[in-house]
Amino acid sequence: MDRIKEIASKLVEVQDWPSFQAGDTVEVTIKIKEGNKERLQKFQGVVIQRRGEGHTQTFTVRKMASGVGVERIFPIASPFIDEIKVLKRGKVRRSRIFYLRNLTGKAARIREKRHFKAN
Amino acid sequence: MPGLIGKKIGMTSIYSAAGKNIPCTILEVGPCVVTQVRTLEKDGYEAIQLGFGERSEKRTSKAMQGHFKRAGVAPKRKLVEFKNFEGELQPGAELKVDDVFAEGEFVSISGTSKGKGFQGVVKRHGFGGVGQATHGQHNRLRAPGSVGAASTPARVFKGMRMAGQTGNGRVTIENLEVVKVLADEGVLIVKGAVPGHKGSMIIIRKPEA
Repeated sequence: MDRIKEIASKLVEVQDWPSFQAGDTVEVTIKIKEGNKERLQKFQGVVIQRRGEGHTQTFTVRKMASGVGVERIFPIASPFIDEIKVLKRGKVRRSRIFYLRNLTGKAARIREKRHFKAN
Repeated sequence: MPGLIGKKIGMTSIYSAAGKNIPCTILEVGPCVVTQVRTLEKDGYEAIQLGFGERSEKRTSKAMQGHFKRAGVAPKRKLVEFKNFEGELQPGAELKVDDVFAEGEFVSISGTSKGKGFQGVVKRHGFGGVGQATHGQHNRLRAPGSVGAASTPARVFKGMRMAGQTGNGRVTIENLEVVKVLADEGVLIVKGAVPGHKGSMIIIRKPEA
């Protein structure tokens, strides 16, 4: 297992993103290629899980788009991620907050952590 | 088909230049040592015997010890013959990954598949099973069903798919793309899966030109 990590770490570069966890609100800027042009798109939502380890780790961001829940899974080492910005630190008691899928409106709010320092 | 012997390290995923996530297998390939050269005059065919992996002298039979001594190499764990190697190779010559393989090539890989033991037809041959738990079904959910007709032919045809040992057999996967060759580490990375456990011996061959 260590040999795999050792070799993979030479081939895949994971950028230093700010630390975030489930419950945090993030804004992910994605590079999108259309033909020859490249543009940026933002996806803002609540992180509902981080999964895996090392360069194969992924995180899921959930947002409500015109009343419909939308979830996007991003590989942490994806070369298409331009920026990850942490907007809010949420206070949650578990690392995978899938219960959020069953909640809408006011109930789907997450308490914010106090003393949050923006980065 | 020239080729080399190697060891499976395991699977991971890397990104292509276009940013695509590629599932791939990391293989430790070579260095392989030429242990014997088969010639047309002496053996009736031309080939090169390569050895890979370490084996202690104590674990090597006297006959094999003589064979390795003749080639002037330390005892090897696995010996495989390959045909159509380019150039003249002498016993004792060493072959590395980048001597044989290049990025973008397609290779076929043989190995021993993971053993699954004695399995029923559902796992072994992909039968559907009965599919119903009610309507009179009782303890036959994964049963094979009928194996043939009655008085004609009055026997079960050869090759009828039935339960039995699954896996732990030689499997060859063809046309796996070489994603990366890391010459310094002796590592070959191919796209897709490779038969066998981690650490199992595999044979990598170039397809016939």
